[in-house]
Amino acid sequence: MKYRVTSLWVVFCLLFLTPNAAYAMHIAEGFLPAGWCLFWLALSAPFVIWGLRSIRKTLQANPNLKMLLGLAGAFVFVLSALKIPSVTGSCSHPTGVGLGAILFGPAVMSVLGCIVLLFQALLLAHGGITTLGANVFSMGIVGPFVSFGIYQLLKKRNAKVAVFLAASLGDMATYMVTSLQLTLAFPDSTGGYLISFYKFMSIFGITQLPLAITEGLLTVFVFSLLYNYKEEFLPGLIKNERSGPYDFVK
Amino acid sequence: MISSSNNPSSNRSLNWVLLGIVVLLLIIPLIFLPEAGFEGADGQIETVISQVNQDYQPWFEPFWEPPSGEIESLLFALQAAIGAGVICYIIGFWNGKRKAAKKSSAA
Repeated sequence: MKYRVTSLWVVFCLLFLTPNAAYAMHIAEGFLPAGWCLFWLALSAPFVIWGLRSIRKTLQANPNLKMLLGLAGAFVFVLSALKIPSVTGSCSHPTGVGLGAILFGPAVMSVLGCIVLLFQALLLAHGGITTLGANVFSMGIVGPFVSFGIYQLLKKRNAKVAVFLAASLGDMATYMVTSLQLTLAFPDSTGGYLISFYKFMSIFGITQLPLAITEGLLTVFVFSLLYNYKEEFLPGLIKNERSGPYDFVK
Repeated sequence: MISSSNNPSSNRSLNWVLLGIVVLLLIIPLIFLPEAGFEGADGQIETVISQVNQDYQPWFEPFWEPPSGEIESLLFALQAAIGAGVICYIIGFWNGKRKAAKKSSAA
C-alpha cells in the first residue's frame, strides 16, 4: 500500500516537472477566458472541501496543533508577499506552501492557499476573483502535492535535503502549472500550443529558478526552528517520536 | 534508526549559512543587472498574451485596485508584517512555555 502511494507520487511529480521551467506569479483578473475559469474552479473546489475536512480532523485529533497550523498559514502570507528580484531582471514571489504541505499534508494547503489568494485578489488586485480557481489549483494544490510527495519519498534519507527539495520543486511546479494553464487558454494563433508554451517559458522560465532555491532555503530554516519546539506544540510526545522527521498526516 | 543527519536541529550554524545564501541570491541580480527594470513578471503576461492572441480582451476588472504603487507596496508590506508577526508570536509563545516549564521543574 505504502509502496503504491509513493509510486503514484513519482508519476504525479514527473508529469508536472519534466520541462523544468516556470512562469511567474498568479494569473491576473480577467486574463483567463470564462470557460477556463469555471474549469479550474470546478477542479479546485473538491480539494478545498477535502482540505477543510482534513483540517477539522487534524485539529480534532490534536488541538495542540492549532498554533502550528497558524504558523504554516503565516509562512504562506509572508513568502507570497515578498517580490524578489531574479536573474531575468524581473521580480516574482515564492509561494510558501511547501512547509504546510510537509507538516499537514497537501489538502490542508489548498485551504490556506485559497485564503492568501483571496486576500491578494481583493485587497491587492494581485491575481483575481475570476482566476481564483486556476491560481488555487497551481499554488494551493499542485505545488503542495509535489512538495508532500517529494518529502515523503526522501525524509528517511535526509530530512533537511528532503525539506529543501520539497519546497523548491513544489514552488517550480506551481509556476509550471500556471504557464500550462495560460498555454491551454492561449494557444498561439499560428503555431498552436507548443509555440505558445515556448513563448511563456522563454520569457518567464528562468525567473522562478533562484526564487525556488530561496524558498527551499527559507523553508529549511523555519523547519529547523520549529524542530526545536517540538515538545511545546506537541506536549506529551513519546521520546522516539521526538527525534525523527515529523509530519502530522494520518 | 535515526541518524544525526536526520535531526534538523542538530546544526545551528547551518541556519546562518542558509540565510546568507538567501541574501546572496537577493543581491546578485541587483549587482549584475544594473540596467534591469525589475518589474513584476505578472505585468509581462499581458504582453505575451497579446502576442499569441491579438484579439483577447480581459473580460473582468478587479473590484478595487490600490490607487498607486506606494499603496500597493504598503499593502504587501502589511501582508508580510502580519505573517511575520504571527510566526514570531507563536515561536515566542513556545519559547516562554519552555522557560516556564523549566522553571517549575527546577523549583
